[in-house]
Amino acid sequence: MSDTAMTTATASASATAATASERRINMIEAINEALDIMMDRDPDIIIMGEDVGYFGGVFRATAGLQEKYGKTRVFDTPISECGIIAAAVGMGAYGLRPVPEIQFADYIYPGLDQLISEAARLRYRSAGEYIAPMTVRSPFGGGIFGGQTHSQSPESLFTHVAGLKTVIPSTPHDAKGLLIAAIEDNDPVIFFEPKRIYNGPFSGYYDQPVQPWKAHTDSVVPEGYYRIPLGKARIVREGEALTVLAYGTMVHVTEAVCREKGVDAEIIDLRTLVPLDIEAIETSVKKTGRCLVVHEATRTSGFGAELSALVTERCFYHLEAPVERATGFDTPYPHSLEWAYFPGPVRIGEAIDKVLAE
Amino acid sequence: MANRPQDTAGHNSPGLTLHVPEPHYRPGDAVDFSHLTVSEPGAQPRPDEACPAAETHPLATDLIRVLGDDNQAHGPWNPRLDAETLRTMLRHMALTRAFDERMFRGQRQGKTSFYMKCTGEEATSISAAMALAADDMVFPSYRQQGILIVRGYPLVEMINQIYSNKGDKLKGRQLPIMYSSREHSFFTISGNLATQTPQAVGWAMASAIKGDTRIAATWVGEGSTAEGDFHAACTFAAVYNAPVILNVVNNQWAISSFSGFAGGERATFAQRGAGYGLASLRVDGNDALAVYAAERWAANRARANGGPTLIEHFSYRAEGHSTSDDPSGYRSAQEREEWPLGDPIMRLKNHLIALGEWDEGRQEELDRACAEEVKAATKEAEKNGILGHGMHHPFRTMFEDVFEELPWHLKEQAAQANKERRIKWPEREGEQ
Ligand SMILES: Cc1ncc(C[n+]2csc(CCOP(=O)(O)OP(=O)(O)O)c2C)c(N)n1
Ligand SMILES: [Mg+2]
Repeated sequence: MSDTAMTTATASASATAATASERRINMIEAINEALDIMMDRDPDIIIMGEDVGYFGGVFRATAGLQEKYGKTRVFDTPISECGIIAAAVGMGAYGLRPVPEIQFADYIYPGLDQLISEAARLRYRSAGEYIAPMTVRSPFGGGIFGGQTHSQSPESLFTHVAGLKTVIPSTPHDAKGLLIAAIEDNDPVIFFEPKRIYNGPFSGYYDQPVQPWKAHTDSVVPEGYYRIPLGKARIVREGEALTVLAYGTMVHVTEAVCREKGVDAEIIDLRTLVPLDIEAIETSVKKTGRCLVVHEATRTSGFGAELSALVTERCFYHLEAPVERATGFDTPYPHSLEWAYFPGPVRIGEAIDKVLAE
Repeated sequence: MANRPQDTAGHNSPGLTLHVPEPHYRPGDAVDFSHLTVSEPGAQPRPDEACPAAETHPLATDLIRVLGDDNQAHGPWNPRLDAETLRTMLRHMALTRAFDERMFRGQRQGKTSFYMKCTGEEATSISAAMALAADDMVFPSYRQQGILIVRGYPLVEMINQIYSNKGDKLKGRQLPIMYSSREHSFFTISGNLATQTPQAVGWAMASAIKGDTRIAATWVGEGSTAEGDFHAACTFAAVYNAPVILNVVNNQWAISSFSGFAGGERATFAQRGAGYGLASLRVDGNDALAVYAAERWAANRARANGGPTLIEHFSYRAEGHSTSDDPSGYRSAQEREEWPLGDPIMRLKNHLIALGEWDEGRQEELDRACAEEVKAATKEAEKNGILGHGMHHPFRTMFEDVFEELPWHLKEQAAQANKERRIKWPEREGEQ
């Protein structure tokens, strides 16, 4: 595995050919750039959240933006996730386009009533008179020894809510384009950022040094405005043996496992969970006849259950083996046993073997 | 909505403007705290513990202080503690500081993932805890390690938790410093801010329902008072006249956000309590005697069925928020030096010296002894391992305590984890 960067480069379908002038940035920089571009284009966009103003966010995603756009467009908030989401609903009702940050996904729960009962349903209950065009950004996922309050993957709580869109990027390139599309979207979008891969993709081997994004072609990010439409998956790698559905950090772990095992998998990075690119999934599974779903979140009622049901419903007669899931365990996120909990190469590798065996 | 009414907001009036709070000082700024009103020690009246809540409300904008610049104790709030008790208090504070120093360094040396100091705020937990009965129930935030030290929780156990090692009584499940000890009437700490505040009220209600004599006390940061949970706590405490003390530690900062983002520009945090009809005190949090006196006043009141008290401890977070934070990025380094209420340990030490009950030599001796005690405890705890080096609880423990009993799916997952262990860490055979 000495030439991880090279292998990744050739394996990545969306890779841009390397040129001398190409610009490589990490995921935080890509997010910051998307925010900057959108703030510049649309004076109705405001950013708020705990520590996002002067300080620029605990992960630095909003660094420099208050200085550039002023305190009434980028500001700190009281520590009330309920207040942050509620204020964003009110601002949206006025006509602004708020991009609130929730410091960690684990802290979004005090804002759930405002998200589920309010933001998600404004359009429906007012027959389109009022909308909630907000994008809630929040770092999520584990792999940083953050314990149970800095590691959770609660995406399926949101995909279960009618009226919310859920987006999860896995590369700097996608993070920028998806965030721009999310901000432009007129419905509330939950934008979960996999914090484990802010600085570099992750192979799942926690004891190996982090590969910086600069070594990965998906860190080649065009300057200026571009959007990646919500609801469009990305074929990370084409293959024939099986289809693996993944998103966020797990895209990279899956890629590394398949590379290591020499499995000719077709890896699909969903990018958007709602709305889902069902066409890409169906096409791929009908081709390979086998499907594995990988996510970091707990298993029971996780998004994998939805994916497994969809694939079974739509591709049943093409399936040569039951759909498998490789997921986090159904426990709160542990601290010292993080790497026993995390769905790493061994769990994914076994699941692949199982799908291929039958 | 066809026609706007005649009296629409006047088109000729000037446009509205949004106020966004700004702290007085940013990195590099010269600091001058002369705008802070620091009350005269001893000048605050001490109402009867059974008084109507409203009688305390002038104290919500004042600052209860006992220790003067002359290092003497003044006024009606002087708790008149004997020298031995004062020395014990000083020792707890010095030990807590020494502990923080070493644990912070341990994190920097890679022995664990995270640590949080309470430097400068020691009195807000230690003096307060000493004013409670040992079996009064406490619901702390993450910055009250001082309570465990007062209650005699072994340092080794604290370090085992911090290292998440195989000696950790919490089985390595929680982030460092998120202690729990039922034996010490110390509630399990949550990382989710302010959740403990209304829980303490519920515990206090239970104690009243059962005719118990124990009360509850809880601590929350000033920044966290913005959470809805805090307001639920105040409402429930007032409605049921619950035997509870709500301690708000106003250390001026919530990570990079100053207290203005929790409403501190408009009203004191003690005044929040007044709005709910709670007895409300505002105390110099760096004055160990004033903290003790206020907490004891509230404890006596609650125990006599007089109901809840909110206490704002006005203090200063002398160090970074945690090991993940570098405050030089958002506040002036001078703030700490210029803080007008000084350092709680220095002030108590100087008071004892002024009483003729202490001297610099004994202080040096104490500091050395504390450092030694912490060092010895660290060595002891390290025998149980440090984070990430394999000496953790067995893998099956990950699935225990999710429920009282393991359902089928957790049994299956535990088997899977054990299978993975054999592949990933074959050298750890026998650890399942
Ligand atoms: C519900 C929730 N939101 C956000 C956070 C992230 N967070 C952890 S500590 C902190 C600041 C708290 O400040 P304060 O209440 O003043 O306590 P202090 O750290 O000063 O003791 C924040 C925002 C959290 N832990 N929980
Ligand atoms: Mg604070």
